[in-house]
Formats: sequence, structure tokens, C-alpha cells
Amino acid sequence: MVPTGYYLVLAAVIFGIGALGVLVRRNALIIFMCIEMMMNAVNLTLVALARHFGTLDGQVFVFLVMAIAAAEVAIGLGIVVGLVRHRDTTNVDRINLLRW
Amino acid sequence: MEWLFFALFALTALVGSVGVVLSKNAVHSALFLLLNFVAIALLYILLQAQFLAMAQILVYAGAIVVLFIFVVMLIGNDTIDDFVARERPILRWISLLLVVVFVAGVVYVSWVLPNQQIKGVPGYGSVESIGHILFTRYLLPFELASVILLAAMIGAIILAAKTKPPVGRPED
Repeated sequence: MVPTGYYLVLAAVIFGIGALGVLVRRNALIIFMCIEMMMNAVNLTLVALARHFGTLDGQVFVFLVMAIAAAEVAIGLGIVVGLVRHRDTTNVDRINLLRW
Repeated sequence: MEWLFFALFALTALVGSVGVVLSKNAVHSALFLLLNFVAIALLYILLQAQFLAMAQILVYAGAIVVLFIFVVMLIGNDTIDDFVARERPILRWISLLLVVVFVAGVVYVSWVLPNQQIKGVPGYGSVESIGHILFTRYLLPFELASVILLAAMIGAIILAAKTKPPVGRPED
């Protein structure tokens, strides 16, 4: 039986790589993909801890997070498509009309 | 034996996540993301969450990645090198430092976590048990999730709709 700590560390590393991707990449779609990866890492943490404590509440939490993530991706991609059509670029550094 | 599977799936998930961040092609990133999602679904099976593993493949691998690839094809798969701006290379190192500090913290906490013997409840993670708890104890979040999905559907349709000029009356 693999101890729970290994799953937590793996989820933390995936979360860290996703955070690195959000900070380093400038393409709007890649940033969005890294956000989804971070959400998956949190799901993995929840499921690992649910098994650790023997309850099912963590798994139900993850199920509802998946539903919310699907809704969020639909809306977010709609926004990204509208934005790219308007500004003709996927580089988030060019979306700077409201900057000081 | 379980260690072997865990190592294999964990390595696959890490390869997928690194590939998403480092890939110059957006479609390649989406496919690496798919690899990451499938590896996490396999890890769910190791964690006795069979229903969640299938839900992960259906929702994440089957719908979200497909949406991403649709949008990449729609917008155009430009392979411009869009990494962080050349004049601020310090940002890469600062973000790497933050990530390393975070992972070190989780490693420390995991060492402190007591390694209790995980008791196996029969039927844990099966469809029946999750269905039972979802319809009795978590009925309200379940219904609210359906309302949120409806709101998201309406929002996505409004975002994607073309605005037409209003039709004037014929007698004006």
C-alpha cells in the first residue's frame, strides 16, 4: 500500500508545474490548460486524503469540482475566443488596454 | 506491485504536465494535457475511486480536452515562442523558487502525517456508495451543481452569439 504522503507530494509537484506554466507562458490557451492541471492536482489531493481517512466525502467533493470545472472551461474558452477575435492575438501581454 | 503501478502512473502524469508547460505547439500541449488527465484517472483507480476515474475520463479527457482542441483549431495554432518576455528573465527563477518552496513544504508535512493502516471498507468508491451519499447527504450541492451548469450553458451561448442589428418595423 503506497502511503498517502506520496500522493500528496505528487499532487503538489503537478500543482507547482501548473503554477510555473501560468507564470511563465504567455499564450492564453496554455495558461488555461495549466489552470486545469492545477485543479486536477487539487482533486488528486482530495481523493488521496479521502482514502486516508476512510470517508467518501472527498470523492463527492471531487465529483462536484469536476462539474464546476467543466462549466468553467466552457465559459472561459468562450471568453478567450471573443478576446482573440477582438484583439487578433493570443499573447496575454498584448491585452493591456486597462493597464496604468 | 502497487508501487510499480504508482511509479509508472506518477511518471506519466509528470511527463504530461511538463510537456504542457514546455511545448511550443498548442496542440501538443493539449495532447500532453490529455496524457496527464488519463494518468491521474489511473491514479484514482489505485486510490480506490473507480467511479471518479471513469468520471475523470468522461469529463476531463472526453470533454474538456476536446473543447481545448476545438478552440486551438478555431483560433489558429501559432507556434510563436511566447515564453516569458526576454527583458524579465528573473521572473522564471522567482517562480521556480516559489514552486520549490511549496513542494518542500508539502514533503515536510507528508513526513509528519501518521502512516495509519488504511482500512478497506467494502464498496468504497463504487457507484452505489457514491450515489447513495450524493442523493442523501449531498443532495443540495448536487442540485446546485445542476443550476450552475444551466447558468454556464446560458452564458456560453450568449458569449458566442452574434449580435444582429435590431429589425425595424415595416411601416416606419
